[in-house]
Amino acid sequence: MKRKTDKSMDDGMSIIVKVAAYVLAVPITILGLYIILHGHLTPGGGFPGGAVIATLTVLFLVAAGKEKAKALKRDMISFAGGVGLVLFAFFGFIGTGTTFFFNALANSGSLFGMRIPFGVNPGYMWTAGVIPPMNMAVGLEVAASLSVIALVMFVYTMEDER
Amino acid sequence: MMDLPFIAVMILIMLGISAAVLKRNMIKIVMGVSISASGINLLLVALGYREGGVAPIFTNAPAAQMVLPTPQALTLTSIVIDLAVTAMMLSFVILMYKHYGSTDSRKRRLSG
Amino acid sequence: MMAFLLQHAPPLVIALPLVAAFAMPMVSRLGARAVKAWALLSLLATESLVLLLGRDVMSGNPHVYALGAAIPSLTTPAGYPIRIIIEVDAMSAFMAMICASISVLVCMYSLQYVRKKGGQDKYYTLLLLMTAGMMGLVCTGDLFSMFVFLELLSVSSGALIAFYARRGESSEAAFKFMVVSSIGALMVLLAAGIFYGQYNMLNLAAIGGMLRFGFLDKVALVLLVAAFAMKCGAVPMHMWVSDAYGEAPAPVSAFLVVASQASLYALFRVCFTLFGVAAATEIMGWALVVLGMLTMFIGVTMAIPQKDIKRLMSYHAVSQTGYMLLGVGVCLAVLGNAAALGSFGITAMQGGLFHVVNHAMYKGLLFLAAGAIIYRTGTRDLNKLGGLAHRMPLTAIFFLIGAFSISGLPPFNGFASKLMIYESVFRFNPLLSVIAMLTSILTLASFMKVFHSAFLGPELPEYRGVREMPPAMWISMGILAVFIMLFGIFPDLVVQYLVGPASQALLDRIGYLGGVL
Repeated sequence: MKRKTDKSMDDGMSIIVKVAAYVLAVPITILGLYIILHGHLTPGGGFPGGAVIATLTVLFLVAAGKEKAKALKRDMISFAGGVGLVLFAFFGFIGTGTTFFFNALANSGSLFGMRIPFGVNPGYMWTAGVIPPMNMAVGLEVAASLSVIALVMFVYTMEDER
Repeated sequence: MMDLPFIAVMILIMLGISAAVLKRNMIKIVMGVSISASGINLLLVALGYREGGVAPIFTNAPAAQMVLPTPQALTLTSIVIDLAVTAMMLSFVILMYKHYGSTDSRKRRLSG
Repeated sequence: MMAFLLQHAPPLVIALPLVAAFAMPMVSRLGARAVKAWALLSLLATESLVLLLGRDVMSGNPHVYALGAAIPSLTTPAGYPIRIIIEVDAMSAFMAMICASISVLVCMYSLQYVRKKGGQDKYYTLLLLMTAGMMGLVCTGDLFSMFVFLELLSVSSGALIAFYARRGESSEAAFKFMVVSSIGALMVLLAAGIFYGQYNMLNLAAIGGMLRFGFLDKVALVLLVAAFAMKCGAVPMHMWVSDAYGEAPAPVSAFLVVASQASLYALFRVCFTLFGVAAATEIMGWALVVLGMLTMFIGVTMAIPQKDIKRLMSYHAVSQTGYMLLGVGVCLAVLGNAAALGSFGITAMQGGLFHVVNHAMYKGLLFLAAGAIIYRTGTRDLNKLGGLAHRMPLTAIFFLIGAFSISGLPPFNGFASKLMIYESVFRFNPLLSVIAMLTSILTLASFMKVFHSAFLGPELPEYRGVREMPPAMWISMGILAVFIMLFGIFPDLVVQYLVGPASQALLDRIGYLGGVL
């Protein structure tokens, strides 16, 4: 079933929108990475940080238009998401000597295992064991998945024949 | 006045389900399910509230009673699940629009 | 090594298909054959782990596992249960064995059924996610995990229903399925929220121990029963079943049957273990019995005029779910009455649970046989099919085995479970048993019509070049047929070793609560 194509979105929006999008890309990325990395100290964590980074893809798609959107390869982004998920499962399996999902790195002196007492503290970064790597893995995965969803919906609705 | 969040929850859930049941446009049905889900998330967050409490975070926390952290974890999980479900239902609406040419739920070919 | 695997088996059974699905985008870079081999190997590994766990659990000790504790059985470090707790008792192991076995057979069948070029890795990813969702739903011990795994199961099933995206009808069926499933899951979440607000606990055993049957608990019970009945296709909420099972690819339809039975398991778990005797079980039992009667009768009467072979079979799936609800509902209704429970209540529950495993097998066989017909002839309309027994004799034999099983004829397994249900329900109320037998006769009539119009008769000219099924398909159907006949010839062994411990575990509420607290 052929339908009239919407040719106005082929080149994206005007030059002002494009420049603003490319300038905004840096603060958005930094905000997203900040929310992911400090997930064990401040509100946020893997999912909201990944969603913020995925808005970068949506911003790019809207500003650059359909022709440039074909440069984003769906398979590579999907692969990155798969890597994120396997890393999450790997960190879950680390503690299997005791139980599954046991926080084996906390209070142990190794990578994220600085020893701190329980209670109110001014926020030390290298603590909390397995949780910060899991946050990073989840952030990578969520950013990849939401980008793939936005990409597929955009490309599929803009093409003119099945 | 202590019951105000729960009254809001009931209103949101009723509005959501009535939109999902009564509306004809398929995108409005999806929005109805999403509003219902937001209502239930509000219920979960409101259940953890303790009078005069602060956020359950140890970083630079003021010295007061903290609200319960478990319902916040439940709400975060629920928000992620609802996002996935909404994305999927909207993809189905896109596919149906491509095949049937309209978003009216009465124009369908499966019946009986 | 075996002891290590056995101790950590409960989370591994859920984690293994999940991690295999996560790794699939990486495996798909190696090609289509690697994807199929990876899926089949991980499902076989899950099946062996489930059999190992099941053999240990069926002989008497339920396994409890707290995720992230210092030792796996440390569920109450401070006097009340915290952390996500997985509790596998005999009923959970029974359902897990059904799910794992059918998933292996469905995967084997799909190796040669799914011929679509581009989406193969996504198909197997979704199949693995469905398996993980089912395993999580039957093994978990708290209410919120049930919501999460129920949603995982619904989302992956919805995506698989719409797999053949070229047809508009499959997207419409998947849309209806998703709307009904998400409203049901939201009702489960609302009930979990109500319980959390009252008792500050989400664990099934903890809530069961603290339950005072007040007004809010009754609201939560109604929400839970309605939501799980909606998900398994009981009658006022059955409209999505015919569309969803009819439009999905044939192996996915067989797997969706098992998914509906997993939600039936959740319904039984809530009614027997969470609420138990103190909670007006006579009214609850009669409600399930009425739902079961309506489902049986309306299912079979809507199946008779159908022309599409898969829609017809999906209405029969609805009708057979009514038998399971009837059997277990009778047991629930006499739960407070010890004499009646001993004389016919336990037999009714065993009949209902035996019917669960029988239904998974013969309905799976029927859907796979219908898939074979569609694979070779390309059409689903009964008016256009005819005379296929000349060219596809093996398919005809498998279809006949499935048809005789579903109607309850003697050497096959349907007869054994239906006989247990008829006997026990007759002593509860004779009218119910008569309606059940009438449904069985109508089922036989309907399947004779299908067999006659699809397989018997003169050979039609357009099907002259049709060959028999490829080997992966008839191997999986053959395994199912062999088990159907074995379960039919030795039903007392099955009841003694599989169904008996399962029904006992479901009735033993104190044992379940004691495992955690």
